[in-house]
Amino acid sequence: MSMTLVQVVIGGLLLGAVYALFSSGLTLIWGMMNVVNFAHGDFVMLGMYTAVVIWTSLGGGPWASVPAAAIVIATLGVISYFFLVRHIMKGPMLAQILGTFGLALFLRYGALWAFGANFKSLPDNLVGHSFVLGGIRFEGSRVLAAVVGLGVTFALHLILTRTQIGSRMLAVSENATAAQLMGIRPQRMQALAWAMAGAATGIAGALIALFLPISPTAGETLAIVAFVTVSLGGFGSVTGALVAGLLIGVVESLTAYLVGPIYKEVIVYTLFVLVLWFRPQGLMGKA
Amino acid sequence: MIKTTLLAGAALLALAGATPVLAQQVVKIGAVYPLSGNSASTGNYAKMAFEMGVDLINNGNADLAKVFPLAKGGGLPGLKGAKLQLVIADNQGTPQAGANQTLRLITEEKVAGLVCCYQSAITVTASAVAEKYGVPMINGESVAANLTERGFKWFFRTTPVAADFATAYLTFLKEQKAAGLKTDSIAIVHENTEYGNSVSSVIADAFAKGGLNVTMKIPYAANGPDVQPQVLQLKEKNPDVVIFISYTQDAILYAKTMKELNWKPPILIADDGGFNDPAFTKQMGPVTEGLISRSVFAQGKPGSVAAIMDEIYKKKTGGDGLDDVSARALQAFFVLADAINRAGSTEPAKVQAAIKATNIKAEECVAGYDGVKFDDKGQNTLASTLVTQLKNSNYVAVWPKSRATDPLVLPYKGW
Repeated sequence: MSMTLVQVVIGGLLLGAVYALFSSGLTLIWGMMNVVNFAHGDFVMLGMYTAVVIWTSLGGGPWASVPAAAIVIATLGVISYFFLVRHIMKGPMLAQILGTFGLALFLRYGALWAFGANFKSLPDNLVGHSFVLGGIRFEGSRVLAAVVGLGVTFALHLILTRTQIGSRMLAVSENATAAQLMGIRPQRMQALAWAMAGAATGIAGALIALFLPISPTAGETLAIVAFVTVSLGGFGSVTGALVAGLLIGVVESLTAYLVGPIYKEVIVYTLFVLVLWFRPQGLMGKA
Repeated sequence: MIKTTLLAGAALLALAGATPVLAQQVVKIGAVYPLSGNSASTGNYAKMAFEMGVDLINNGNADLAKVFPLAKGGGLPGLKGAKLQLVIADNQGTPQAGANQTLRLITEEKVAGLVCCYQSAITVTASAVAEKYGVPMINGESVAANLTERGFKWFFRTTPVAADFATAYLTFLKEQKAAGLKTDSIAIVHENTEYGNSVSSVIADAFAKGGLNVTMKIPYAANGPDVQPQVLQLKEKNPDVVIFISYTQDAILYAKTMKELNWKPPILIADDGGFNDPAFTKQMGPVTEGLISRSVFAQGKPGSVAAIMDEIYKKKTGGDGLDDVSARALQAFFVLADAINRAGSTEPAKVQAAIKATNIKAEECVAGYDGVKFDDKGQNTLASTLVTQLKNSNYVAVWPKSRATDPLVLPYKGW
């Protein structure tokens, strides 16, 4: 019994690290620009399809697909910024919501048209099979996603807090006009934020594709988890997203195992509401 | 006033339909199927099946004629060799369009009968139109239980419904029990919307009445990113039989996770759904060898109605054989053609009476039924399903023995 429980918790932690991984891009955009990217889930979905294309056309595993997806989705992020987000940011909040929501639908149905509605999945031996450590089974692809997830979160955190670029980006997010007076170009920094967020999201998609079935609607469910993770962790806080992701993952797994899988959302969202009740800014967000 | 006009109109229609029969050399059969929209692929496969059916009756096939009397060629013998003509309309995947097209086929095209409509929700509205105008309609695919509970007189259904599937599993498992396999604990894992909830409760009820114990029920929300807790629950209790009712994404995840956690039950049953999606069998087939499922179509033994029609259909589609849906649609079409032939007329009342008297034997069916015979509500009482098993990434019929093409291999092998 106890061994199974440990297995459940480990499974939850791995799942949580993946949640953190695909939430980091969203929290970055949210924190940097106060824009909610409703197309985030579909960016993840396109990252998944990039991995599929790399596999089917070149036979490449995650070592090829992860960098490729990072580049593709970063490019997509920059294009979205220059052609859509930059303009709708001048409009009211509703324009931002509807604008990125429209982008989400465009990407989703574009994928439906290009790749078809059928589920695809990558062969499960790309990363190597599961291994047993101390009586606990680890799924290779999920471990890889979790490790890279932690790495990406840590790297983003370092860039934002320890580098000049990071300081500039934070300056723009706090006061774009003042930053401009200091010789920082806000648009360049914002485009950079979209590129970084896109790269993180692309990496997430390529890694998730290793163990989740891929379809044009895959982004829908993932996006909801990402929004919850980001608001629980604190808007704009990359480390907050990590803590929140791990928390949600473990709570979900434990509830599903001990109480029943249909109750996991109820418990997670109750917890979510309670946390926001007492800390509206999220676990690690600034008040 | 309006009512009388309508009645008069209907009577005129009936007359219009009845009088030209003697002179008429063409019998029109209407089909209202999804040729566009979400289910367009399914609808177009059904269309090709109907076209094949019309061709077989009008032009014949020597091999098939030996086992299938209507395939002698030269049209319907009961109507002095009148040829069949298919009039197909697009229901566009909406109940509204389904009803409108049915109305058009009845009033404009003056069809002698209809096959309709694949989606249960569309069958509901379209059958109401046919009922109002008094034109027989045969449904081959919609499984919503209430369709035959409305007291309709012109609606008939050939497909098995959830209760028939449950009975098939029950009988199948009892036979395995008699053969010495353990079936003491049974777990049902199902997604928790209408589909999973209704099918699982029908199965649980049937099993309880039949003396099999469902010891565990695990409902879950579909399309989640992780199913490990559910599989660990199963592993902990280790049931003898597991029945899955899931959509494709979950089906793929369950198959992967069971392998990752290295656990499998001696008998694993997947109730159609995601586990029959070609995407599933193609990708997960190698790790789910021996998975049990159901289908009303299996190619069957060489020389059987199903085998010959499957070959002809493959030539028509360029490689794709008949499947669960196209075979059921085609069966409904043949039931209607057979009834019109026996009625010797396209007069609706006579066709209706002939449908009620339908008695088609199992070996004359293209779908894997025990035959076709309707009860007072219009439901085919001989509708049944075949139990299939995944073998080298393909489902083959393993039960009942009379229609099995391959031997049943248990326990479940997996990977």
